[in-house]
Amino acid sequence: MTTVAPAPVAPAPAGRARRDRGGSTLWRYLLIRFLLIFPTVFILVTMVFVLMRITGDPITIALGGKLPPDQLAERIHQAGYDRPILVQYFEYLGHIFTGNFGTSITDGQPISQILVTHGGATLELTLYALLVAFVIGIPLGQVAAYFRDRWPDAVLRIFAILAYATPVFFAGLLLKLVFAVWLDVLPVAGRASTRTEILFSTMPNRTGIYLIDAIRTGDPQIIGDVLSHAVLPGVALGLLTAGIFLRLVRTNVIGTLSRDYVDAARSRGVSEIRLVRKHAWKPALIPIITVIGLQIAVLLGGAVLTETTFEWKGLGFELAYYLSKRDFVAVQGIVALLAVIVALTNFIVDIIAALIDPRVRY
Amino acid sequence: MRGLSRLWNRLPVVHQFKQSIGLQRGMLVAGLSITGFFLIIAALAPVISPYRFNQLRDANGLFGAQKPPSGAHLLGTTAGGYDVLSRVIWGTQTAFLVIIVAVLLSFFAGVFLGLLSGYLGGWLDRVLVVIADAVYAFPSLLLAIVAAIVISGGQSGLWSGILAAAISITVVFIPQYFRVIRAETIRIKSEAFVESAKVIGASTPRIMFRHVLRNSTRTLPLILTLNSSEAILTLAGLGFLGFGIEPTAAAEWGYDLNKAVSDVTSGIWWTSVFPGVAIVLVVLGVTLVGESLNDLADPRLRTRRRAAAQTPADAMAASQPVSQAAEDVL
Repeated sequence: MTTVAPAPVAPAPAGRARRDRGGSTLWRYLLIRFLLIFPTVFILVTMVFVLMRITGDPITIALGGKLPPDQLAERIHQAGYDRPILVQYFEYLGHIFTGNFGTSITDGQPISQILVTHGGATLELTLYALLVAFVIGIPLGQVAAYFRDRWPDAVLRIFAILAYATPVFFAGLLLKLVFAVWLDVLPVAGRASTRTEILFSTMPNRTGIYLIDAIRTGDPQIIGDVLSHAVLPGVALGLLTAGIFLRLVRTNVIGTLSRDYVDAARSRGVSEIRLVRKHAWKPALIPIITVIGLQIAVLLGGAVLTETTFEWKGLGFELAYYLSKRDFVAVQGIVALLAVIVALTNFIVDIIAALIDPRVRY
Repeated sequence: MRGLSRLWNRLPVVHQFKQSIGLQRGMLVAGLSITGFFLIIAALAPVISPYRFNQLRDANGLFGAQKPPSGAHLLGTTAGGYDVLSRVIWGTQTAFLVIIVAVLLSFFAGVFLGLLSGYLGGWLDRVLVVIADAVYAFPSLLLAIVAAIVISGGQSGLWSGILAAAISITVVFIPQYFRVIRAETIRIKSEAFVESAKVIGASTPRIMFRHVLRNSTRTLPLILTLNSSEAILTLAGLGFLGFGIEPTAAAEWGYDLNKAVSDVTSGIWWTSVFPGVAIVLVVLGVTLVGESLNDLADPRLRTRRRAAAQTPADAMAASQPVSQAAEDVL
């Protein structure tokens, strides 16, 4: 299978890799894996284009009824939507290749500009969520493996299913209700308080990643402000992935615990806790790294919902905004952009997996 | 009579139930009860629901907005002035309708394409595999949004809304069925009975649909349940982003949660907690069934009756997250 998507979690049978040619297989793998980015992006972008244009031209959808027909026709002509669809398609492909994802209809913003101003926020949120997922999922997965088939294991498995079954926006609303409204210990929404936002807006060459900007100001109060705003969205989005990590760690550690070398260590008197934490743990890491790649796509999808829940002004928030405005050029642009981001992160994750585990080659 | 009971024992869920034991049987039973409970609610919605999902007034006048739970409105009223309990009950019906339509559509399309791709092979196979992989790697909600825009332009009535949501979800699911059936087909087509059929002179469609298809369906109950739970989450996600079904056309939990976002800030909890809990419970029920089927289908994860000590030699393949568990067979 010419898999572009998730590299198989189960590693290929060991020893089949052509060891005699040494490092050259790695480079060949890297090259092939890199080239596979293009068909993936091409297919997704084409699909989005075809689907979006079936409905008609985006200007009529966004502004139809708001403008008189002659002005509408004028704008459609200006934007070139009255030309043959194939011409438009090739122009669109050419634009995407040069990094031009189009311009939103409602407020005339270039989509690439939206990435620059809002990409940092989504990146920051995704990283917080991954951090939460690691901190919750991995230790609990080890605990579940240690207590396998006993009650702590059963409780943790139910927790994992609940984490999966709860939509991120509902988790977000519940957290908001408890910690921001009832207990009133964390802010309700946004990325920072108004004071901090104003301070950041006057800052020279800001990164858009608030934590970095806050650290650069050197003011602990601002750092605390930014972090307190990040807790609830990070946890809401992170819980979704935490459940998946928990299950993954559990099954993999249980799997490696019955290997011969673990038995050997056990017979030497290594404690069961140490077996779970050290011996069985490292081989269990490899499938986790591959799954992180898949989770990036899940997290980006979840980020759209989390950002809407917490008014976290990132790519997802913008996407939801343009959706509500029926500005489908902007939607198409942001979706295409996310397709490129997903393809690139999957590529990077596959490379890391290949570097760590020599068996992951074609 | 005996033949009938044998058939009964071989039915997907019944068979696994007989096989299960202890905690696993508990999970299966819990999942089946929760799912069954909501199915009954969905079927009886017109009878048990105190009001219609789009009802704003009764004999005593308007319900009023954001009223806390009381005798007249057991779970309170929403910001739009609807009765929360009625919206939750009717929402069950919408959710199950969407699941059924979505799962049926993706099932037929995915199985057909997978069979075709796996059995015929060649360039068709390669193209379909690359497309399926590309779609699979993409955030499913975004794809569903694009599909929803295409189908309904974003707003719709009851049946058009249900169809739009179901088709949007279908687009996301086809690759999953496709991959599983394709892998099974490739495995089966090299078996002796397929070759014998060829020798006898059976036509290609006959071999595909009679011999191969019938033998490649063993993992389908599992994928069906896992996809149902994802379908609910996708539907709720679409509704939350304002791409669901209009409140006057049907009750939809995601839409209600969207309208409840601002309520939460002012401490109004009943508009969000109840529809949210309904989503969690339905997904939980369906997932528990799917999980148990998965564990029972995999001899390494199945708790045996006699040999209690479970020693999964290599649980790697079973290590995937819920939604990917279906790929274990790949």
